[in-house]
Amino acid sequence: MTFIAKPKVSHPSLPRNALGFTRRDYEGALSTLCAGCGHDSITAAIVEACWGLSLEPQNLVKLSGIGCSSKTTAYFVSGGHGFNSVHGRMPSIATGANAANRRLSYIGVSGDGDTLSIGLGQFCHAIRRNLDMLYLIENNGVYGLTKGQFSASADIGTRAKKGDTNLQPPIDPVLLALDLGATFVARGFSGDKRQLVPLIEAGLRHRGFALIDVLSPCVTFNDHEGSTKSYAYTREHHERTVLADFVPREREITVEYEPGEAREVALHDGSRIVLRKLETDYDPTDRAAAAAKVQQRMSEGEHLTGLIYLDARGERPEFHQVSATPAEPLNSLPYEVLSPGSRGLAKILERYR
Amino acid sequence: MCTLPQQWNTVDATDTSRPDYYHRVVDCQWACPAHTDVPEYIRLIAQGRFTDAYMVNRHSNVFPGILGRVCDRPCEPACRRGRVEAKPVAICRLKRVAADYRQDITGRLPKIPKVKNGKRIACIGAGCASLTVANDLMPLGYEVTIFEQLEQFGGLMRTNIPAFRLPASVLDEEIGMILAMGVDLKLGHRIESLRKLLADGGFDAVFVGSGAPKGKELSLPGREQAAANVHIGISWLESAAFGHIERIGERVLIIGVGNTAMDCCRTSLRLGAKQVKVMARKPRAFFKASAWELEDAEEESVEIIVNRSPKAFVLEAGRLAGMMFDCMEYEMDARGRISAERVTGEEFIPADDVILAIGQENAFPWIERDLGIRFDKWNVPEVDAVTFQSTLPGVFFGGDAAFGPKNIIWAVEHGHQAAISIHRHCQGEQLTERLPPGVTLQSRKMGMHEWSYSNDYAPVERRLMPHVSLKERFKKINIEVELGFSAEQAEQEAQRCLNCDVQTVFSAKLCIECDACIDICPVDCLSIVANGTEAQLRARLKAPASNPAQPLYVSAALPQTGRVMVKDEDLCVHCGLCAERCPTAAWDMQKSLIHWPHVGEEARALEQRKPKIA
Repeated sequence: MTFIAKPKVSHPSLPRNALGFTRRDYEGALSTLCAGCGHDSITAAIVEACWGLSLEPQNLVKLSGIGCSSKTTAYFVSGGHGFNSVHGRMPSIATGANAANRRLSYIGVSGDGDTLSIGLGQFCHAIRRNLDMLYLIENNGVYGLTKGQFSASADIGTRAKKGDTNLQPPIDPVLLALDLGATFVARGFSGDKRQLVPLIEAGLRHRGFALIDVLSPCVTFNDHEGSTKSYAYTREHHERTVLADFVPREREITVEYEPGEAREVALHDGSRIVLRKLETDYDPTDRAAAAAKVQQRMSEGEHLTGLIYLDARGERPEFHQVSATPAEPLNSLPYEVLSPGSRGLAKILERYR
Repeated sequence: MCTLPQQWNTVDATDTSRPDYYHRVVDCQWACPAHTDVPEYIRLIAQGRFTDAYMVNRHSNVFPGILGRVCDRPCEPACRRGRVEAKPVAICRLKRVAADYRQDITGRLPKIPKVKNGKRIACIGAGCASLTVANDLMPLGYEVTIFEQLEQFGGLMRTNIPAFRLPASVLDEEIGMILAMGVDLKLGHRIESLRKLLADGGFDAVFVGSGAPKGKELSLPGREQAAANVHIGISWLESAAFGHIERIGERVLIIGVGNTAMDCCRTSLRLGAKQVKVMARKPRAFFKASAWELEDAEEESVEIIVNRSPKAFVLEAGRLAGMMFDCMEYEMDARGRISAERVTGEEFIPADDVILAIGQENAFPWIERDLGIRFDKWNVPEVDAVTFQSTLPGVFFGGDAAFGPKNIIWAVEHGHQAAISIHRHCQGEQLTERLPPGVTLQSRKMGMHEWSYSNDYAPVERRLMPHVSLKERFKKINIEVELGFSAEQAEQEAQRCLNCDVQTVFSAKLCIECDACIDICPVDCLSIVANGTEAQLRARLKAPASNPAQPLYVSAALPQTGRVMVKDEDLCVHCGLCAERCPTAAWDMQKSLIHWPHVGEEARALEQRKPKIA
């Protein structure tokens, strides 16, 4: 960590977004993570994405659980709302908040421990419900805050800093999400912002549950030789499948794509994702094929990254459609609508008699 | 990810072992002709070590108290702070702080050997260039004689800079330190013939530091008839400085708008003028005077009138009544240069006195043209820009006498360089084989999160210099207008310095490309990108690197991806966060010390080369 605050001075010609803000206006508090932590890079990518989307800070909700990763919500968009929940219980808080107000953008930041161990049940149900949020896992394969034990995402054969070898199979959040019917599944790498920033932008704009599993090396406990989640290993073994360029509604597509190379997917708000396949036989809208590909590459020790699956046709309804929540935030509804009154209550109770 | 292939059209890794690279990063020191170690002395001021700060200054610029008031400050427009926010650090004013608050330094001046080395040097003119030569050579055992035509030493620092800007006491003290080394000063001794001096003086070398003493003339109708009320600026300032004149008319016109003109108009106000107008031929953008000198004159209600070209002196009853001017109109091109001019009419402006301040020239009527000193077509001696030697070996020039009017800080550096040449000449060494400049670096890391310099960015605005009130300052000609910074002002201004000499030093082989430095850099000056041509690199960076005058640092290929770390030096605030956040210490903050050799080092190097006789 560092004890020196980032000074308020900035580059005088920093670009401004539609709201007149620079990237610096989306920063948060001083990070207390280890110097070189992948999580700090992800924080920078979130800052960049929120700036790029011209997100109004007061319309962002930042949710987290417990762990190194869960501290990071304090490090971006200090003007947003934040809730730091009990370990592994972030999805419950996200569900409640989401149900009460669907007008806001929800970003949950969690780690491999918070999501895949203590919070695995909660995580699964958030996917099942197709909760309208971006769920970002900062995945380093290690319990950093408790000094470096293997986490549930540690690969078989990966070695700990002191030399122990992991023998347990990993839980892969991407496979889990595909299996449970997630509508937006991606994997990124903290050291590749060119890939990560558009994924975060698209994930925030996607309606429904968007998962981004970000490989985020732990510089203190898991950046040595023999680790499958070190900077060096990830850089050599992260294979990019599909490049996703995010194009907001206000912007024209300016990049020229080769014919047949790019495919456009419109999001509900009018913005678009342009998918560029790096491999000709890969179809990011085929759930079964995506799962098979991830599994195959995993067995070869490779991390498949990019936009792995997208429910491009919007086949699965999201949480609000299923639950028929009101369009307006609950706090803006008149009391008479919110409260059934004693007569209404009596009617409801009558149903259960 | 595969390693990117190295291509022919890529930039080579920056060679930071060249002393120029880190020197250039210290913008102020790079811009200073004498290479004063500005950040170092500002740090010392911040620590309250005023005497040490003074000595750092004196090493390079010899006259910190004088320059802290009247330097032309090439450092300030260069200062990085001026690019990061609006205004540069008040470097010049801080120099004065060191001089104002220092203690006695007599004990810290070099010891002058009692046994001389047998070499005698003549310096002509007791101005800043000659005095610097004496300051550098006396500690080596040289016998230096300075010939001065006037009865006072100091040259134009005394005659042309008014005492309300530079008090005589400051001049006497700083020059006194040099004279006390045992310089043989001959006042009122005008050299009439260089031939005679060379033949009879018995000197091993002659240094000409006689300045540019001739004010330019304006030959217009009526000039001769109005002679009693038309004055040449620099001569008039000299007369005022020595009290030979004590009055001037109520209405004064100053012709010209350089720094001498500013001194003339402000001096006029102190000699009884009520209405002073400075007449400029061109618009304000073309003024030669420094912005701060213009400001100070305008504060004293001097009126500056633009686009008036002098046409004639107008007389009434045989006495000057005013001047006739052509009213000018200019057309500018896109780059702000004048592309066409027109006269749109004429205007008469009444005046009791006119002062001409349109430039000055050097004049050498006392140098015979057959001595072997070659003069060029402008009748100026040919002087080598490195050695300051003329075409006659053993005769050196410096200050305004060498390349025409510049300012004190240039003359000081000329003096330093000429002293090296004189020493090498006297030792029978090649003048051109001088010691090269060098740089040493030393880490500022003290512990896990400790750096031995103040790296907090202080968001303080430039402090304003307090002035004597407008009512008070005209009571006498020598009331110094600027009061100097208070201790609080000095403390705050010192914190504005960005410590550009604490360099960001990168080691490519240690980098794991985690992006930590890039994410934390407050001014977005770092990027990891694929190598390319410089233009491509500038376009690939995180924030636009649109100032081509500032270099890009390009690292060797990084181990994991073969990309390069690029740093745009332009706006780096040297906060050290890149080094603080780097998990592998690939970045470090290291203080650079630029070695700019003076004759002392040169002499030591020559001494070490000599065979030891047992």
